[in-house]
Amino acid sequence: MTTLEPVIEIKDVVKFYGGNAPVLDGVSFRVFRGETKIIIGASGSGKSTILKLILGLDKPDEGQIFIQGEDITKLNEQELVRVRQKIGMVFQESALFDSLTVRENVAYRLHERGEDEEEIEAKVRQSLGFVGLEDAIEKFPSELSGGMKRRVAIARALIGQPEIMLYDEPTAGLDPITSRKINELIIALRDIHAVTGVFVTHRMRDAFTLATEYATNGDQQIHFHHENNFVCIANTRFLMFRDGKIVFEGPDEVLRRSEDEYIKRFLA
Amino acid sequence: MPLSPKAAVKEVQEFSYLVAKAFASVFRRPYYVRDILTQMDLIGVGSLSVIILTGFFTGAVLTLQTSKTLSTFGAVGLIGQLVALSLVRELGPVLASLMVAGRVGSGIASELGSMLVTEQINAMRALGTDPIKKLVVPRILATVAMLPVLTIVADSTGIIGGLTIAVFVLRISSNLYLSRAWDGLSYMDLFGGLLKPLVFGAIVSVVGCRCGLRTYGGTQGVGRSTTQAVVASSIMILVFNLILTRIILVYTR
Ligand SMILES: Nc1ncnc2c1ncn2[C@@H]1O[C@H](COP(=O)(O)OP(=O)(O)OP(=O)(O)O)[C@@H](O)[C@H]1O
Ligand SMILES: [Mg+2]
Repeated sequence: MTTLEPVIEIKDVVKFYGGNAPVLDGVSFRVFRGETKIIIGASGSGKSTILKLILGLDKPDEGQIFIQGEDITKLNEQELVRVRQKIGMVFQESALFDSLTVRENVAYRLHERGEDEEEIEAKVRQSLGFVGLEDAIEKFPSELSGGMKRRVAIARALIGQPEIMLYDEPTAGLDPITSRKINELIIALRDIHAVTGVFVTHRMRDAFTLATEYATNGDQQIHFHHENNFVCIANTRFLMFRDGKIVFEGPDEVLRRSEDEYIKRFLA
Repeated sequence: MPLSPKAAVKEVQEFSYLVAKAFASVFRRPYYVRDILTQMDLIGVGSLSVIILTGFFTGAVLTLQTSKTLSTFGAVGLIGQLVALSLVRELGPVLASLMVAGRVGSGIASELGSMLVTEQINAMRALGTDPIKKLVVPRILATVAMLPVLTIVADSTGIIGGLTIAVFVLRISSNLYLSRAWDGLSYMDLFGGLLKPLVFGAIVSVVGCRCGLRTYGGTQGVGRSTTQAVVASSIMILVFNLILTRIILVYTR
């Protein structure tokens, strides 16, 4: 695979959920290695749906979806398992397993792969460390706040170091400090680990943080910088959905200067 | 439940698909042995008290009622045989299965239903697990394995319930009651009495899983699915009981 080949490629995807109007209506875009695509759009515009299609949790009615060059719309559930190994997903409502503790939730993927218990424990602690929740390891999801659940969901998605991360509103309803931490985590994954990402959000502030800051690795520490007057250092592009169609695609500078009435209202 | 013929056909299709997929998964790795054991514990041990109470009181009331009829023929001594036969052939399997449908079938439907609406099933798939293998197969295997055991428990406590009435109310010797009960049973009765719960176990668990996995419409949908699971599996148990009884009777003598 060359670096020029997109990691995720969506081609003319159409998706119906009953009803006459399609939820996605001819959506096409590509995400390259180390890039984070930010999808914004009103509630019900099909943002979560596209993430589910990328994971193969649902099939599009028309069009194709390529992950690292492989058309996943042709794969069956068993073959998809192999593709999903490379992808981490943070679900909008966290979707933690109620019957399992935080430890078991985060370890789930590694348990399924049959990895060594001791290694799993170390990785679980590390992953929970990223989101600052080592203390909650013995708790059950019902004992956590909404924001804590979201962070556990992120830890669960991160484990096993997937090459692709899909985030469905990971910062919705979180306080500024926690969402800042999550944004930094996502930036670090993008810039230091070259993780390819799709980030769905309503919150323009978080979107612009991702689009204007970048991380560097120095002195055994990760530093975050603002791109200031340099444009497009942060490897992030915007996509705007409206009623299942893409109405904007490009970097933050262009989005901010857009003259489109709908986009202006959205950013205001 | 499906309203239009088209929806009904689709439902039958989906149902068969689930059965086929579950059956195929039983023999494919990974095997979730721990999940099977957990479910056996939940379903088997968890239902024990309900089954014991059901068996005991059914046996007791059956003895009371039939003694009335038998006494008009002066044949109260035969009571053990009648009670044992009714219990082992019909009441044990059917009542145990109906209780399990109410307790376990509903539990399966509501658990899977809420996992579905909270996207836990999707999360499971995203993390590389086949939910059929991890959730459906263990529940089916555990229910099919435990229901015959629970039926034996129901049969036995039913006979004990009958014995209690026979001894303390009807003043029949326990020896007479028990020997009549034992002599009255043929191998075919025992075989049929254990074949039925195997089939009913499959019905309860598959219907429970299917109802749970077709949940739509949020938490409200979970309640609906739960009710549907109990109603549909109860009716299917009664229908299949008639069919199985007919088949077993054909092969008896
Ligand atoms: N499983 C489903 N069955 C039926 N309709 C669905 C289903 N999932 C999504 N939809 C519909 O598809 C449309 C898009 O849903 P989606 O969840 O993708 O929106 P979204 O952009 O993520 O919205 P939000 O910002 O509120 O999360 C909605 O109109 C929704 O009603
Ligand atoms: Mg959404």
